[in-house]
Amino acid sequence: MRRQNAITGGLFIGLTAFSAILIIAVIIILLVVIINGGKGTFSWEFLTAFPEDGMMKGGIFPAIYGTVLLVLIMSIAAVPFGAITAVYLTEYARENSIIAQSIRFAVRTLATVPSIIFGLFGLGFFIKFVGTGMDDVFLGGQLKWGQPNILWASFTMALLTLPVVIVSVEEAIRAVPRELREASLALGATKWETIKRIVIPGSRSGIMTGTILAVSRGAGEVAPILFTGAAYYLATLPTSLSDQFMNLGYHIYIMATQSANVDESLSIQFATTMVLLLLTFTLNLAAVIIRSRLRRKAR
Amino acid sequence: MKEPIEKTGFVFSRESLKKRFRLSEFLAEKIITGVAFLSITIIVLIFFFVFKESLPIFASTKKDAAKIENVQQQEQYGGDTNVATNALGQEQYGLEPSGPVNASGQEQYGVIEADSLMMDHQVMVEDNRDHGSEKATVKSLLGKKWLPVSDNPRYGLIPLFVGTLKITLIAMLFAAPIAILAALFSAAFAPYWLREIIKPAIELLAGFPSVVIGFFALMVMASFFQDIFGYDGRLNAFVGGVAMALAAIPIIFTITEDALTAVPRTYTEASLALGASRWQTALFVTLPAATPGIFAAILLGIGRVFGETMIALMATGNAALTSVNPFESVRTLAATIGAEMAEVVFGDTHYNVLFLIGSLLFIFTFSLNALAEFYVKGKLVKRFQGKQS
Repeated sequence: MRRQNAITGGLFIGLTAFSAILIIAVIIILLVVIINGGKGTFSWEFLTAFPEDGMMKGGIFPAIYGTVLLVLIMSIAAVPFGAITAVYLTEYARENSIIAQSIRFAVRTLATVPSIIFGLFGLGFFIKFVGTGMDDVFLGGQLKWGQPNILWASFTMALLTLPVVIVSVEEAIRAVPRELREASLALGATKWETIKRIVIPGSRSGIMTGTILAVSRGAGEVAPILFTGAAYYLATLPTSLSDQFMNLGYHIYIMATQSANVDESLSIQFATTMVLLLLTFTLNLAAVIIRSRLRRKAR
Repeated sequence: MKEPIEKTGFVFSRESLKKRFRLSEFLAEKIITGVAFLSITIIVLIFFFVFKESLPIFASTKKDAAKIENVQQQEQYGGDTNVATNALGQEQYGLEPSGPVNASGQEQYGVIEADSLMMDHQVMVEDNRDHGSEKATVKSLLGKKWLPVSDNPRYGLIPLFVGTLKITLIAMLFAAPIAILAALFSAAFAPYWLREIIKPAIELLAGFPSVVIGFFALMVMASFFQDIFGYDGRLNAFVGGVAMALAAIPIIFTITEDALTAVPRTYTEASLALGASRWQTALFVTLPAATPGIFAAILLGIGRVFGETMIALMATGNAALTSVNPFESVRTLAATIGAEMAEVVFGDTHYNVLFLIGSLLFIFTFSLNALAEFYVKGKLVKRFQGKQS
């Protein structure tokens, strides 16, 4: 009886271990396959050159440029709002008040809304409502903002990444010791002064983690920008906020599914995927390291 | 009088202890509070604007219902020719370019052979638009055919629902057991150093862009599974489902792991003290105690798969078929929006139907999230406070 139990137990533990190993193995296989397929084409020129021959040759510079611009505008929009919301939730709101709970619920909902819905919202709200409205009021009906462009795509992406920022900053603010706050207040500083001088500087690493995670999320998402601003091919780089832009993820999607000759450009596709994967991978790794350091400090 | 004496004499009067009004404090608090409401506002706006664009469908239903019925009756005759072009029409969908027409004016068509066909369809649709025959009614939304770009457009959502459910089921069959068992391993059996590897690794998997997973599924997994099972269509629900499992595993793992580690130590200690072994404690004490959390994890995983767009677009083949065979191509709700939205005419019925699909997706994931949240909160708290058997 006891022996049988031990065997069952061994099998069960083995099964759980196998599941964990399976996940890790798939991660490694994915990384290895993508890097293996892309490393042949990957070079400095590949990163800095324009595409040629209808994407069959050349580099992906415009896609990288567009992605960087996208995440930059997105961070400018998302990080301040996310950080302020986190400050409210930790410093001003009472823990179990209805307001705080509904904001938390909204943030979590926002995190689970499918990314394609953000795309629809960007189209319906930013482009059709705000953009067309701006055109009507300022330009007398001339079409400028009422069409897909990088500004609306960035804003759409900012909504998607807002919860990421809020959650990271909140965690960091909670890690700021209570004693520091109390000391500041006891010295006569007001609440806002304490937040400005003590809480926010103390949670700088959390704000950084939040930004990194948001950037990595924003760089990889494609669904929200499918119809809010991404373009398949542009001969010039975007110069104004009302221009369309190229994007790494969108580039991969179009090349892999709609290119005239998928096989011929396969190596470019793998290399582009490798660039995107390594970019998000590095960013996430940095965030994981910073956060684990933060947690250790909080303990 | 009394007043001047009180003001100068008593430092600790009720008046003087009151907080002094400072404009900067007041403004800071109000602005911060205002910004905090942004997330709620966004949710409301999303619901409002996505739903608003789908409203014309319901508005036109009442007015034109009778008329459309007639038109559709008449066009039943044309139905046969439609069926004939169906196969072509559907295949063409998967390959169809969804990229917006570029600013530079360069037009990209993926597949040349499908090109002329497309043009024919477009022309016919243009013709028909005048007759108003392509109005979607609530009844036609329940139809079994999704043919938005044909001479007699039909917006039957059934195949899309079936496709989405099928792929969700396949994904969860893979993701749920693997993720839960791995979480149990990490929470109950793994030594500390191993846990410190597994958890960050799965966090990194969560950070993989879905387009990368989609690409991997399209280029590598599809061929791999085809070699194993030997089916015909390279891209199908099975490949898509397994790829989506990769996207759902991190979510299920993380939440399950949290739920498992939140089970009070006293539970496991009591079990061990009674002579149960480690695996018995994990399987019969820890796991049942964390059921609400695991349930929530599965719900959120379903929500993720349900709304996943890029993997569905790239790995499922995108033909709107209504079948239960897992090795046949499917078209999901989210992928339909992603593939077709860039090409529709604004304000068109097709446009409105796509927004309606968006509203349905939003309502569904919203309810899943709400259910997960409240169920877990209620149950877990009660259970760990010992109010429930």
